[in-house]
Amino acid sequence: MRRGKYPFIIGFLIVPVALYCTFVVAAYIQTFQLSLSNWSGLGPIEYVGFDNFTKLWHDELFWKSIRHNLFLLILLPIVTIILALVFAFLLNVGGGHKGGTTRGVWGSKIYRVIFFFPQLLALAIVAVIFGRVFGPDKSGMLNGLFPADWKPWLFLADERYAMLCILIVLIWQAVGFYVVLFSAGMGSIPAEIYEAAALDGATRITLFFRITIPLLWNTVQVAWVYLGIAAFDAFALVNIMTVDRGGPNGASSVLSLMIYRNAFEFSQAGYASALGVVLFFLTLTFAALTLRVTRRDSVEA
Amino acid sequence: MTNLTSTPGTDAVPAAVATSTKSAGRKPDKKRDVNAFTGLAHIALFAWALVTAGPLIWVLLASFKSNTEIFLGEPFALPEHFSFQTYFDAWGEAHIGRYFLNSVIVVIISTAGTMLFGSMAAYVLARYRFWGNRFIYYLFVSGLAFPTFMALAPLFYILKSMGLLGSYTGLVLVYIAYSLPFTVFFLAAFFKTLPYEIEEAATVDGASHTRKFFQIMMPMAKSGLVSITIFNIVGQWNQYLLPVVIMTGPGAESKYLLTQGIANISTSAGYHAEWSTLFAALVLSILPMIIVYAIFQRQIQAGLTAGAVK
Repeated sequence: MRRGKYPFIIGFLIVPVALYCTFVVAAYIQTFQLSLSNWSGLGPIEYVGFDNFTKLWHDELFWKSIRHNLFLLILLPIVTIILALVFAFLLNVGGGHKGGTTRGVWGSKIYRVIFFFPQLLALAIVAVIFGRVFGPDKSGMLNGLFPADWKPWLFLADERYAMLCILIVLIWQAVGFYVVLFSAGMGSIPAEIYEAAALDGATRITLFFRITIPLLWNTVQVAWVYLGIAAFDAFALVNIMTVDRGGPNGASSVLSLMIYRNAFEFSQAGYASALGVVLFFLTLTFAALTLRVTRRDSVEA
Repeated sequence: MTNLTSTPGTDAVPAAVATSTKSAGRKPDKKRDVNAFTGLAHIALFAWALVTAGPLIWVLLASFKSNTEIFLGEPFALPEHFSFQTYFDAWGEAHIGRYFLNSVIVVIISTAGTMLFGSMAAYVLARYRFWGNRFIYYLFVSGLAFPTFMALAPLFYILKSMGLLGSYTGLVLVYIAYSLPFTVFFLAAFFKTLPYEIEEAATVDGASHTRKFFQIMMPMAKSGLVSITIFNIVGQWNQYLLPVVIMTGPGAESKYLLTQGIANISTSAGYHAEWSTLFAALVLSILPMIIVYAIFQRQIQAGLTAGAVK
């Protein structure tokens, strides 16, 4: 029996490890290597040291994109988590006490089904839908809903609001998923705790802040990480939905779009890789910060 | 447990005092208070349901409308007449049907591959001790932390050098490779929780390692496998970045996946002002999701949230 162990282990691991190393590990390592070159994608690779990074430092679009990513990184998790927590709380404990137990509101199942659905739609499809919802003339849904004598809002075509539109779409898609996630967490909080607190005269607001949030803290932390990763992406939205892809005038450019365009449109594989390296360290910093900041004494359930 | 109940309890006492002084002499109103809260809860929830469903309903209505109706009519007015011509256009001329089938084929193959290779690796890493086990495990798990598009340029040239650009083989292999970190991470944790006794009994009966995996462990891991299969199907179905990068080159347009195709139609619809065809194309690509969701709603919610709960 012993004899067959190693051939078996190798047999089971070889394909997945080979695939993973070829397409993922090798690609990540080459990102670091290429970031030190001015390779266009063709011909021999010439190394230029840290030139790409000095160029980045002086690239206005790069700083704009970083600002936009940070805008999403801060606001997307905060707004989504607050909305999702409130909705999940209303769904689970909004229905009043009957016979001493706290119940969810009537129809909470239907609400949950509707809220969750956008999560199933590809971001690319969501981008096409909202490209029309934000349409800058009367054919757009929002402009169509506004009173007829209003001047049409430009939404994505307005430098000031383009990022806000992107944020709204990301929130629209994400909230339902976290409602379901938090609902599952709230469902596992024993009803006796709520009952005991309610007997002591705690209001719903107190229940929410003193019981629900502390007991859900771990889940909130996970949600924060997920949303943070989503905030670094947003490629499909920006590439499909925005004016001029990342415009107007760079007003909705993000790092992922810059990487894509440099790699495949401007023949700047080296520069795109340098952007990738920056992104790598940003992601790492974000993960480390999240772990530090959110590590507060959570109540073990 | 004692700690748990006492902490909120002590916190709740001052709060209770505060509320009782505030609402002193309003005791009989308590019930109405609750009703008001429930009412507000309903308004808030209903409002968000409208915000969620509104754009989708609008797309459905607009898919039956002419350009004039879309530009001049009320956004949520019913179309003047129902004609499915736009849908035939979207399916045939705009090739939604083909894109749709392409996506189905790619996702079936790549999810099957992901599940096979992912569960094989996860099983070995979870239940066998050997030199290098931890290293391989952390190699996979570290892939969770980094966004796919970071390594976009090198990935493209790796595929190019292998002659896999613009081919489904390349796309499927890349899908599998990028789905492995999460699949291995999740399933390894799952395989660890399964009991060892049955496996030992099978060993005593002379079952081989391979046979134990396929005939004993896989059936026992069914619930975990179902969750993660759904997770992978949804994730790969919705992928946009990888197809855009990989499905390029001459003749790639007939191989487009649905997400790519829709994005493409949306650009050309802008030029030709064929908005209703675009809306019909959107409905056609959303509709199957609604049907599948209606049938497997519970499993899908469980599958997608499984990763976060872990």
